Formats: sequence, structure tokens, C-alpha cells
Amino acid sequence: MSATGPLPAIRFENVHRHFGEVKAVDGVTLDVMDGEFFTFLGPSGSGKTTCLRMVAGFDRPTAGRIFLHGDDVSQLPPYERDVNTVFQDYALFPHMTVGENVAYGLTVRKAPKEQRQRRVEEMLELVRLPGLGKRKPSQLSGGQRQRVALARALILRPRVLLLDEPLGALDLKLRQEMQVELKALQEQVGITFVYVTHDQEEALTMSDRLAVFNHGRIEQIGAPADIYESPATEFVAGFVGISNLVRGDMARAILGVESTFSVRPEKIHILGPDAPIESGMDSVRGRIEDVIYLGMYTRYEVALEGGSRLTVAQQNLATSSMDVHTARGREVRLVWEKVHSRKLDGPA
Amino acid sequence: MRSKTRDPNAERAPWLVSLGALLAVLFINFPIFIIFLYAFTTDEQTFTFPLPGLTLKWFGVAWAREDLWAALGLSVRVAAIATAVALVLGTLAAAAVARTRFFGREAISFILLLPIALPGIVTGIALRSALGLFEIPFSFWTIIVGHATFCVVIVYNNVVARFRRTSWSIVEASMDLGANGWETFKRIILPNIATALLAGGMLAFALSFDEVIVTTFTAGQQATLPIWIFSQLTRPRDRPVTNVVALFVVLIMAIPILLAYRISQRDGEAGLSR
Repeated sequence: MSATGPLPAIRFENVHRHFGEVKAVDGVTLDVMDGEFFTFLGPSGSGKTTCLRMVAGFDRPTAGRIFLHGDDVSQLPPYERDVNTVFQDYALFPHMTVGENVAYGLTVRKAPKEQRQRRVEEMLELVRLPGLGKRKPSQLSGGQRQRVALARALILRPRVLLLDEPLGALDLKLRQEMQVELKALQEQVGITFVYVTHDQEEALTMSDRLAVFNHGRIEQIGAPADIYESPATEFVAGFVGISNLVRGDMARAILGVESTFSVRPEKIHILGPDAPIESGMDSVRGRIEDVIYLGMYTRYEVALEGGSRLTVAQQNLATSSMDVHTARGREVRLVWEKVHSRKLDGPA
Repeated sequence: MRSKTRDPNAERAPWLVSLGALLAVLFINFPIFIIFLYAFTTDEQTFTFPLPGLTLKWFGVAWAREDLWAALGLSVRVAAIATAVALVLGTLAAAAVARTRFFGREAISFILLLPIALPGIVTGIALRSALGLFEIPFSFWTIIVGHATFCVVIVYNNVVARFRRTSWSIVEASMDLGANGWETFKRIILPNIATALLAGGMLAFALSFDEVIVTTFTAGQQATLPIWIFSQLTRPRDRPVTNVVALFVVLIMAIPILLAYRISQRDGEAGLSR
């Protein structure tokens, strides 16, 4: 461990978790700082949830160590760790009222009754469900259950809160509201949040930093803007946002060297076929094959001379759906700044 | 239980089907009515019809029979202990099969169900051979072991169905909030499987209470109530006494069976199904 700086809230040291032949987690090393909103992003089966479960103590590493605020907790049971979890299915106790659910952590610790009641009310206030303590979980909506699960996990004032795809079961509008609310809640209580999701938009919206998981390994760790603007690997470029991957001969034709690169659709400008190329720009000629009008912006599929395609997104600042459809079939030149051509690691 | 309001889309059963159902019910239950009827007969040896006369004296005769009380007491004790054993072992087996993956899990869950799928006579012979092999004398406890074999299955069936419907994450949530294994069992698992245990336990008790075949192979000199009834059939002079006892057995056993059925129905589980 480094001697300088504050201890990370969570540290993974070359952690492996194998289930027989399957390497669910295959050598993960990362630090989550105190007070950070940190997201594990990845497709299903990428090892992100297994990593979260190893922090909670529901699963133990096959190899490697996990530290919480400097203490090795790799082999501790869940009830001896100062972390609490919000479960994907909320996991509310069906035979208890909302109040009893929220109080559970204090009840198990045999806290006095007055203290329990006071804290339960505080917590229900915090998640904006005051007065619902007498209800049963089955009488609540999905969004309300979500809040009860949060209140229950926060009542012990853990230093780290783990959230396992907590918004997965909610509809889009409610999910977007809860994203904002969760982020605000995290700032209010000031503790570390570790958030697992497969939704890249959610990860970009909420996180201070995120780790992109794939096949049990971390592809890239960074702030949302870094991950989006500078994807380190093909996988990250493809998984986070929409990306154009250019490889082989086409890459050489554009960059002058054969190196796979990615360019984001919104960085590309569409010009007339004979427009001059300014210095500092990459460019390629093509023909607009398809136009998809999406209201706020339009997506153009451009076939390049040489066979591959690029997706281009243009905001509809002054155009309407009628205008954009006339673009189909037009010969164009695509240009973008050289800095937006991101050369990638990984298999070409 | 079903709701009382009729499904407007449900068609009325055709009269032929209704008649068939009625006949089937009569056919199945007719012998029981006969027993009830002849508990009140004045004729002590034969089943003449119509009854030569009605009397309640056999109730008094049955009440005064000490061997009957001994058999009844033995049956209750055997059923109670076999059920208790089944509740513990059945729950543990259900937890293992429902919650963990291990080599041979499917085989184990099949083998667990065998004792009620196999004819009782096979279980009986097997137990008798095993007891003989290890030179274990027949006793109160060998009867209990015999009964526990199928009681465990009943409890296991009920509890495993409940476990499958219950999200395991509530157990993880409990541990996450600081409860160790025992606290979690007491506060979370037990309340959630309580009705399954109650239903399974009552069914197991009822099955043990009237078991004959396995008992004949594993009992020594003791007679449980069903065995006592069976032995009475060779003494025709007191035939109505056995009818009186049978009447009470049916009435008393109906209570746990109906309760277990109701609980299972309410929880949407088929408590009797395999």
C-alpha cells in the first residue's frame, strides 16, 4: 500500500473469483476513494456484481484481497463489515412492516426502542416517505420499495453503501428521477456509494468515477468524461455510448497509419463532397445511405468508399424531418478534428 | 380457498360430468359411511341391513378398553416425535436442495422423494432387513424411525416449495444488516416458512397416525392404533367397537388435514402434491 494520501474506502488487490472453470472475476485491482460515487459498469456476466458481492461479504475471493478503509476483510462474514447493500429486488422482509424493515439493523443490534423509532422516522424522512412506517412492503409501489430499501441500508450509517442495479426494475421516467435523487442523497449523507449497473447512460450521469468491466477484468477506470472522450479499448468505445470503429486499410487511408481507432458520431461534420480539408482535420468521402430522424438529432449512416460505414449524429438546430430526408443518397465529405480519432488498444 | 364470486366465463359443467363426479365421490366415501353407520348398531357380529336397532353403548365399551387407550397413546407419541424429527430434517434437506448447488443435487432430491413414491411394503422390508443386519431390537424408536422416513418427505416437499418462492436475497439482506446465521434464521427464515412447516407438520402427523404397513415391519410387541384396530377384526364379537374408534379417528384426523389443506391453498401451494 502507498504510504501517502488517505486510505481508500475500498481496495481490490488482484482479486479473482472462479466458479469451477468460469473466471467470473479475473484479476481486478482498483481503489475507491472515500466519499466517491463509484460505478461498476459492464454487460451481464462481466463480473461487476460478483465484485460488489465480495465487498458485501456474500462471496469470497478465490485469490487476492479486499480492504475496507485499510482493513483486510476478504474472509469476514457480511455481518462483520461496515457496509450495507441495496438489492436489485429490494429484498424487503415481506412479513414485516416498512418501519420494522427500516429498523431491522438497529433491532438486531438491540438498540433501545425510542432510538429505533426516532431513527426510523429520520430515515423515512430522508427518503421522502414519512408516515408510511405502518404499511407492508406489498402495499407499496416499486419506487416506494426502492426508497424503503435505501432507508433500511442507511440506518446503520455505513461508511460505504453498495447498490446492485437498484433502478433496474423501475420505468424510464421514475428511473431518471431516482438517478438525480440518489446522487443528491449521496452528497447529503456524504458516504461512499458503489453502484453497479449495465446502463452506460446511468453510469455517466451519476458517477464521480467508473470502472468498465468485461469478462471479469477492468477495461478502463476514469471519470465519465474521460471514459467517453478517451475510450482506452475497443470494448469501452463500443459499450459506452455509440462509437464508430475504423480498422485495417480504412484506418490507414484516413490516419496514414494502420491503427484501429474510434470516433464518436457527434464529432463528425458533414460537408459537401469537394469541400477543402483544413489542417488538423481527418476526413473521408462517402455517400449517405440512411437517415434516421430522432427529434433532437438525426442519425446518418454513411457508406465510405472502401466498404465500411460511419454513423454521424447531427443536432437538428435548423432542420426538420422533411429537410433531413432529402439528404439520402447525397455524396458527402466527413470531417472531424484529429484529436477525436482515438487510437485503441486491444485486438485490431 | 377459491373466491366465492363465480368466474363469469366459466361454463357450467354438463350434467353427465356432474353425475360422474357425484358417483366417484360416493364410491370413494361409501365404505366410510358404512363404518359410521355400524358404530351405532345393536348387532355385535354381522353387518345386517337394515340395522336391527340403534344404540350408543359401544361408545361406552370403547371408552372402558384400556388396550385401546394404550394404542392411542402410543400412536400420538410416535406421530408427535416422528413429526418433530421430520420438521428438523425436512427443513435442513429443503434448505440444502433449494439453496446450494452441489454434485448429485438432483439425485438427492429424487432420493428424498422415494419413500412416499415406493410402496410402503418395500420401505417396511428394507427397514426390517436393516434393523436385522445391525441387530437393533424392535422398539418404540424403531417405529419412529420407520415413520420419519415418509414424514421427512412431506415436510421437505412443503418447505422446498416455499424456499423456491422466497427470494434468497432477504437472507443476504438480513446478514448485511448485522444479523448472524442464527438471528437470520430466527427473524427472517422461520417467519417466512412457518405456514409451510405448519401444513407439512400436520400432514406428517396425520400420515404417521394411521400408518399400518411400515409399522408392522418395524414394531415389536407394541400396537399403534391402526394395528390395534386391525387386530380387533379377528375378534368379531366387538366389531362395533372398532367402528366407533374408526369414527373418532376419521373425525380427529380430518382437522389437521383440512387445516393443512387450507393453509396450502391460501399460500398457493399444493401441500399434498409431489
